[in-house]
Amino acid sequence: MKIHDPKNRTQNNMLLGIDIGSTTAKLAVIDDGELVYSRYERHFSQVRQKTLEMIDDISELLKDRSFSVAVSGSAGLGMANAARLSFVQEVYSTAECVRCLEPSTDAVIELGGEDAKIIFFTGGLDERMNGSCAGGTGAFIDQMATLLNVSNTEMDELSLEHKQLYPIASRCGVFAKTDIQPLINQGATKADIAASIYQAVVNQTVGGLAQGRRITGKVMFLGGPLYYCRGLRERFVETLKLDEDNAIFPHYGLYAVAIGAALYSSDGELMGYDELIKRLKESMKQKETVSTLPPLFSDKNEYQSFIRRHAQSSVKTEYAGAYKGGAYIGIDCGSTTTKLVVITESRDIIYTYYSSNKGNPVAIVREQLLKIYDTFGDSIIIRGCAVTGYGEELIKTAFHIDYGLVETMAHYTAAKFFDKDVDFILDIGGQDIKCFKIRNSSIDSIMLNEACSSGCGSFIETFAKSMGYTVEEFARQGLFSTAPVDLGTRCTVFMNSSVKQAQKDGASVQDISAGLSLSVVKNAIYKVIRAASPDELGQRIVVQGGTFMNDAVLRCFEKEIGRNVIRPNIAGLMGAFGAALFALEHKPGRSALLSAEEVRNLKHESRSAVCKGCTNNCRLTVNIFNGKERLISGNQCEKGAGIKLSDDEKLPNLYEFKRKLIESYGGMDIAGDTPSPLTAAPKKGKKRRIGLPLALGMYELYPLWHTVFSELGFEVVCSGFSTRRLYGKGQFSIPSDTVCYPAKLMHGHIETLLEKGVDAIFYPCLTYNVNEHKGDNFYNCPVVAYYSELLQGNMDSLRNTIFLCPYLNINNEKELSRELTLILSKHFDGIRRADVLRAVRTGIDEYKSYMHKIYSEGERAVRFAREKGRRIMILAGRPYHIDPEICHGIDKLATSLGFVVVSEDSVTADVYPPVLSVLNQWTYHSRLYAAAELASHNDDMQLVQLVSFGCGVDAVTTDEVRAILESNNKLYTQIKIDEITNLGAVRIRLRSLIGALEERGQ
Amino acid sequence: MSLAKADYVKFTKEMKRDYTILVPTMLPIHFKLISNVLVSYGYKVDFLDKVDGNIKESGLKLVHNDTCYPALLVIGQLINAVESGRYDKHKIALLITQTGGGCRASNYIYLLRKALKKAGYGYIPVISLNFNNLEKHPGFSLTLPMLYRMLYCAFYGDLMMLMANQCRPYERNVGETDRLVKKWTEKLLEESSHASTMRYSHVKKNYRLIADDFARILGNRERDKVKVGVVGEIYVKFSPLGNNNLESFLLKEGAEPVVPGFVDFCLYCVYNGIIDYDLYRIRPFKAFGSKILYRFLLGKQRYIRNMMQKYYKGFMPMADFDETRKRVKGYIGMGAKMGEGWLLTAEMLELISEGVTNIVCTQPFGCLPNHIAGKGMMKPIKEKNPGANIVAIDYDPGATAINQENRIKLMLSNAKA
Repeated sequence: MKIHDPKNRTQNNMLLGIDIGSTTAKLAVIDDGELVYSRYERHFSQVRQKTLEMIDDISELLKDRSFSVAVSGSAGLGMANAARLSFVQEVYSTAECVRCLEPSTDAVIELGGEDAKIIFFTGGLDERMNGSCAGGTGAFIDQMATLLNVSNTEMDELSLEHKQLYPIASRCGVFAKTDIQPLINQGATKADIAASIYQAVVNQTVGGLAQGRRITGKVMFLGGPLYYCRGLRERFVETLKLDEDNAIFPHYGLYAVAIGAALYSSDGELMGYDELIKRLKESMKQKETVSTLPPLFSDKNEYQSFIRRHAQSSVKTEYAGAYKGGAYIGIDCGSTTTKLVVITESRDIIYTYYSSNKGNPVAIVREQLLKIYDTFGDSIIIRGCAVTGYGEELIKTAFHIDYGLVETMAHYTAAKFFDKDVDFILDIGGQDIKCFKIRNSSIDSIMLNEACSSGCGSFIETFAKSMGYTVEEFARQGLFSTAPVDLGTRCTVFMNSSVKQAQKDGASVQDISAGLSLSVVKNAIYKVIRAASPDELGQRIVVQGGTFMNDAVLRCFEKEIGRNVIRPNIAGLMGAFGAALFALEHKPGRSALLSAEEVRNLKHESRSAVCKGCTNNCRLTVNIFNGKERLISGNQCEKGAGIKLSDDEKLPNLYEFKRKLIESYGGMDIAGDTPSPLTAAPKKGKKRRIGLPLALGMYELYPLWHTVFSELGFEVVCSGFSTRRLYGKGQFSIPSDTVCYPAKLMHGHIETLLEKGVDAIFYPCLTYNVNEHKGDNFYNCPVVAYYSELLQGNMDSLRNTIFLCPYLNINNEKELSRELTLILSKHFDGIRRADVLRAVRTGIDEYKSYMHKIYSEGERAVRFAREKGRRIMILAGRPYHIDPEICHGIDKLATSLGFVVVSEDSVTADVYPPVLSVLNQWTYHSRLYAAAELASHNDDMQLVQLVSFGCGVDAVTTDEVRAILESNNKLYTQIKIDEITNLGAVRIRLRSLIGALEERGQ
Repeated sequence: MSLAKADYVKFTKEMKRDYTILVPTMLPIHFKLISNVLVSYGYKVDFLDKVDGNIKESGLKLVHNDTCYPALLVIGQLINAVESGRYDKHKIALLITQTGGGCRASNYIYLLRKALKKAGYGYIPVISLNFNNLEKHPGFSLTLPMLYRMLYCAFYGDLMMLMANQCRPYERNVGETDRLVKKWTEKLLEESSHASTMRYSHVKKNYRLIADDFARILGNRERDKVKVGVVGEIYVKFSPLGNNNLESFLLKEGAEPVVPGFVDFCLYCVYNGIIDYDLYRIRPFKAFGSKILYRFLLGKQRYIRNMMQKYYKGFMPMADFDETRKRVKGYIGMGAKMGEGWLLTAEMLELISEGVTNIVCTQPFGCLPNHIAGKGMMKPIKEKNPGANIVAIDYDPGATAINQENRIKLMLSNAKA
């Protein structure tokens, strides 16, 4: 290939470019204006060794020549320094390559193993790299392929046959997994899932990475994933609406960085082959200082006694054939694996199964049941069976299992078998960490990982695979590491780059394996459990879950907490074992389980549908067994399942009530078909249209502002409740990808208002919120207070309208009307102070009456619950959490589980927060403390706190709310919400909560 | 019902006698000088410039992991110092700053108390260093003369930091700039027990002496390296612990770091008192007082600026805050006052106006005010100042230096192109 270089650097020169990415190494050799050699290989973190080999392979080409060399790539810096070679930042290399080879390019999208970049060429060179989020990179795609149990190539081929796309969170791999897993379990086709994963990558790139800049013009796509995955290319082209001329997929896509580095090298010194080899060899000898930790075992003896001690915690296993009599089956259909156990009347295990569910748990369980029937024949009678885990409902319906129980209960039942006085259980599985404390023989508090999967098994698995090891082998390597690396404890993304850094510094696989194990453990202890000292966990700890089968993890855990723990020999099967014990203890007598014949003939099909029950349009998966039995999943309320309730049966739901109340003010249904000329003054007789974005602080103050503007003769246009589509409309102008989802939605609301055609848009800056005299201060959080400032700076479309974002004091009628008059009269004629004052007074009255309606509905709900003997859930968040796109129907889920749902503001009108150990700064948050106080003194009330991902303020409030509740011996439940649309995990939490309440006898 | 208030362990008069007050490293030069003032008023103070053990780890163990990084580090540092074995745990008190605004930083002191309790040191008194009468301790009071001295320390600190940053990249003898900073810090400490040193004439004389010393290091060399501005959340902006030694990294990369001063932050806080009245007509007396204080501080800042402009032409002078403040017009409203608020935008614009178009904007991961005033303002700043080359860097306990360095390098390679 000809390399055209306007600066003539390549003429008569030999240039060598080396690009060391996070997973691959690339070489490019340019000789006299011609690309004479290129190569692309995975380096399995043996960066320096691999480079040496690759150079050695082209000795023929390089010998007897003098050439210049430059290294580039995210993992190339360490080697470049150690080998005294020049280093070029990789984005810069890319830019250089593009400038020479395709100068008319407007933007480059480059996806690598762990990096994602966009380079804008027109309008000033500007680059974007993924900073703290690796969602949408090659590593993410790899992980997803592992989850689907296909190779990358297979996933690509599958994706091309997709029929529909599911929404998958693209923010980060953890959330995407949580979205994908249920899709798999619910039987969505792999083709659709594969394409949806690619779409998630595209969304992440376009929405997150571009940070407010539209990707237009001629776009070039570079890097491994975009070179190999046709499905991914297709998604990009379609989403960015590119035609053939504007979407460039160059054949040198893999080597662009290496070529760029080669071009840059021309400034540097010339060297020969022998010199280069010498320097690379030198670099291998150097080991930079990495922060390391003591080894897991000081000597062989310590290891031996560790092994002996754990061998004691065993359940008796008596294998096939010998046993005759009653038997119980327990199935744990987890997120990534399916486990099955058969036990005897005397609680011995006679059959076990543990395997990845390969995306189709029904097939696995069927196969296993048949195997059990075949193996044992008539010698056992199945007296009962129970299922737990993600796929509980599916398996229960498919095979007529007697009991379904929530995972936490199953685990506790199993742990009790090994230590009846167990007071703490930690279960680390494929992608979840669950842990719970036992107090007075009942589950006391439950903690699940929500924001982070770095403490989980699938993470180690993916890592092991990427380094070319099986999980078992990888774990064994870690046991005898002499200097485990310190990898930190944040999310997978950061862990990836920590490993990158360790590799850069020359850490061995052993050291990385041990380091990862320790990170997993620290994550569990300090991030999920958040313990300050080992004593806080408990005295008698049982650890379980597949991840603890890894001895390195087990050892790290014991060392970190400084106490020996019990790890049963069936640590990976505890859920299933617990389910079997549960079946045994509840003795149904005869199991309803399908017979061998019925299992053999079971027909299972699944298809997807969209629920038309309400505007939420839930995507449903309909599973049909034998053509008649149906199981519908994906629905957020009873409507999707086809159940109709009478008014008397309907449980009060304050979230729903508040939504209806806001809707009743009107302004939402105004369509966008009458766009008025925006700059011209409104015609006589025609009302001026003012747009109110229904997001953040507007939610609670909508009655106020709606009334004020209506009184002043404006027609109020509201953007309405958020939807996924609305989010998509404004996604491209979000400058900070770590801000909370409610704020991100604001961009879509503004776009919606502009579409509807308004003369002005109003979202004021409110440093101070309503003063309810319940705190030390009454601020808004910075995001709610000042988001207008950000919108003004980042949404170009706002320039076509009048955007009103005055700083207002809403606690003083006179002052508020002075400020409003000031700003309104700047843009509109006939605004008089006296009119504004009257409007403001009416508005404030309306706001008060709105709050009163909420208070009295709150009272009614509590009364209703007490009359009918229902549990009350205080679903505590912020006023804007009632938005259906923000709370994702969690309120409806709670009512479907039998709770009467009240909001934090509806029941705290005359409740004051207790004495706090934090500063009570914010109005909305004061209500949380008050709600916690109320729940503390009412046995029939449970507080569940909704927390938006990225909410810095809630880092303060969550701990305090928990402390208030726990000091009063109440359970605390927290649910983190984001773009995430799946309710599976939430269901587990709420069911565990119910389970725990039942155990406590409440 | 009414609002109940939590009680806290007070720093009593008796404690003043034999308790050691531990001060965290927030601004290395400034805080050292300021804590020296406390010493000269009879307090026993230990400024924590050493790092005890793994500060990050202790922070992670005792503070909610999603709390901002500065809180985590400050608390981790204090707790580690408590446990270092250097002190009698029953004879120490901790000192932490408190601003009292709408940012969660106002909660640091509470989080610190919580962490202490969690670690079993609930009895250790925590003193709030604030200028808003937020908390009172019988044994700890800031008198007017003390405040005066502290104020001069802030100015000394700014002057030294400003000039040292401009000397360090060009010094002939490695380390001479830092040695000079050390020499002056010690000299100012020595002086501080004499009443005469409070006289403004003396302070002015010191300004000249300090400036002369630094000017000697620079000589007549031209400051021709790429200049990189550092702005951001106050802790990660100034503290090497918070920003992974950003300044020395920039130096190593052949750049000259330009860090706007600490006094600007003080002026920003004072000015917000004026704004509150302008926007909402609240607290007129505070606004009146703020106005007087603002003019007073501004005058002192202008004195240094004029001095530098007149006598030290090779240096970039101290900014004039009244100019800095006006620059945000058309970008962000001055009502945005939580955290660093509009000051952050103002500092970026100030740097650009001085020709420092390359800027690192630092913030803790998930910093709420910076979503608005930092990252949220980059697009308009770049649009109106096409040469601006700004990179936002997030700092948190899990972030590795390599990712941050890569991004900064990218910015630098743009700067050099």
